[in-house]
Amino acid sequence: MLQQKQKKTGRLIALAGCLLLLVLVVVLENTLNPQGMFFTVLKKSAVYTLVAVSMNLLNGFTGLFSLGQAGFMLLGAYTYAIFTLPAASKDSVYYLYGGSAIKFSLTDLFQGIFGSEGAGGMVALWLTVIVALILAGLVAALFSWLIGLPVLRLKSDYLAIATLGFAEIIRAIFTWDVLGPVTNGSTMIQGFPTFASFNIRLANGETFYLSSFVPVFFATVCVVIVVLLIHSTYGRAFKAIRDDEVAAEAMGINLAKHKMISFVISSFFAGVGGALFAMYINLAQARNYTTTLTYELLLIVVLGGIGSITGSCVGTFLYVAASEWWLRGLDEGTFLGISSPLFRTGFRMVVFSAVIMVVVLFFRKGIMGGRELPDLFRRRRRPAGKEARGK
Amino acid sequence: MNILPFLLSGISVGGQYALIAIGYTLVYGILRLINFAHGDVFMAAGLMMIYISATLPLQAAVPLVLILTVVLGFLIERVAYKPLRTAPRMSVMISAIGVSYLLQNTATYLTGGQPMNYPKLPLISETVSIAGNNVTVVTIVTPFLVLALVVALVQLINHTKVGMAMRAVAKDFETSQLMGIKINNVISMTFVIGSALAAIGSMLYFTNYTYITPTAGAMPGLRAFVAAVFGGIGSIPGAVIGAFLIGICENLIKATPYTVFSDAFTFALLIVILVVKPTGIFGEKVTDKV
Repeated sequence: MLQQKQKKTGRLIALAGCLLLLVLVVVLENTLNPQGMFFTVLKKSAVYTLVAVSMNLLNGFTGLFSLGQAGFMLLGAYTYAIFTLPAASKDSVYYLYGGSAIKFSLTDLFQGIFGSEGAGGMVALWLTVIVALILAGLVAALFSWLIGLPVLRLKSDYLAIATLGFAEIIRAIFTWDVLGPVTNGSTMIQGFPTFASFNIRLANGETFYLSSFVPVFFATVCVVIVVLLIHSTYGRAFKAIRDDEVAAEAMGINLAKHKMISFVISSFFAGVGGALFAMYINLAQARNYTTTLTYELLLIVVLGGIGSITGSCVGTFLYVAASEWWLRGLDEGTFLGISSPLFRTGFRMVVFSAVIMVVVLFFRKGIMGGRELPDLFRRRRRPAGKEARGK
Repeated sequence: MNILPFLLSGISVGGQYALIAIGYTLVYGILRLINFAHGDVFMAAGLMMIYISATLPLQAAVPLVLILTVVLGFLIERVAYKPLRTAPRMSVMISAIGVSYLLQNTATYLTGGQPMNYPKLPLISETVSIAGNNVTVVTIVTPFLVLALVVALVQLINHTKVGMAMRAVAKDFETSQLMGIKINNVISMTFVIGSALAAIGSMLYFTNYTYITPTAGAMPGLRAFVAAVFGGIGSIPGAVIGAFLIGICENLIKATPYTVFSDAFTFALLIVILVVKPTGIFGEKVTDKV
């Protein structure tokens, strides 16, 4: 009874926290300089957080070491781009292939219903993006199901290399010029709705900024869904599989089914994340989704702590902020007031990857270990219980 | 269409992959670790060659590059893998990915992100004509050099004390330790051999390319790994045959209109092999201990 009540308050606090975060983002963006570095970092970390959490669901909670994230992101990005590109810009984007083979566009569909101006235009935009994001996730999920059938039978590093190979195959298929009328070959697709499209131009000529709110909003919704999943029966089954496959099977958990569920759901969110990434960089192009991206995400997950959603969120923000913003000085000559000829382009990433190596070698648990945000408050109250569970 | 030049360059590239694949297969055989940094060691050897040959004559540069690459491989093992000997396998693999990231970023820093021109090596960069096709000498030299090196390596592994130790460690890590084999020395030895072969491979490989980028090692590395898996990981002849096969197939695909699929083919082959016969063509059967 007491526990149920505690659970309920916990959920309310979490919900209030998420709402507060979203309101804060809107308020900050409309009071501070919206072109500032902070908002670039915020947008990018929102996108990366989502993909890192999806990777953590697979690697940290189910114990399936997959390196196919970039491939699923690519599928999501292209699905989003192809289905939201307005018909009017298709000819100019696909000029190499004499127009697109897919005439359908969600943007035109919803603008036809709600109009393209004012409030109707905003409704159409939101519906377009939401439907397209879900579609992006579904396409990634479908492909992950197909590839999961053979490769999920593999273990640890073989699974890793097979999924990595799959991502490379997907990338090759999307740059194939025969599919050009659909994927635009190796040329980029651009002109679809991005984060900046959500900014509202007010009657007095000022702009009401929503471009940071949008990625944070979508990322929050998806992360909440993943957290709910992890706390469900399925989530407990995933953790059981991670801790001991044989024991989990003996307890009646259907290994193949649960691994597939975890793989498909993770890929769904990777697909959504890929679509958001395309919105962030304003274009969809296969060469942005290389194995380097997967490695980057894996290192983020490790940095935050494998098996901790909070860790992935904090880790992403620190990673993105450090690599894009705080360590900029190392590239530009002066850092923390010290200037040195050593500090030139690329030095930032060298320092940064060295720091990551230190984390990987000496702080293997990352920032959060396997703990979540509520655990940090709980620890002080009952240290004995924590100790007992650890043993 | 004339496929002879594609076949020749396939054999040559296959030989170069073989030299990298041996590094993967040796390390995997002993540590059960996909050394993701191996491709970047290969790239680093190429960069070293560029910088060193700019100041030193070639006779001095070649051995120096070999030695420095060996030192690099040795250091990577000591710094990044040795502290994790008792950690779960995934931690070591993540560490390998971290090393790969570090090497690529360091290379980007040193080169300023610019593609670097690879020096022309006399003798092997020259062109000769075979049946009316112009090919470089390196294309012809590579397969023979690779075979010679492989024979030497197999002799080393089958007939020397350190070779015997390597085989024992690959068979059973703990038992060989109990038998008094100095496991760290053996592991270092594998990294030394692997890096030396990667250095030779890089000299042969990059002469056919005009420049090196910091990510130039990643793809050849992955392809070589696929070759190692294909041949049965842990088996040297398997890795060599797998590498030749992948090199030839890749180049024959380049002769068709499906060029973009040359890498995809490699990975498709990997997935098929892993699903159909995970031990590869020459692999030993392993039974899972619960």
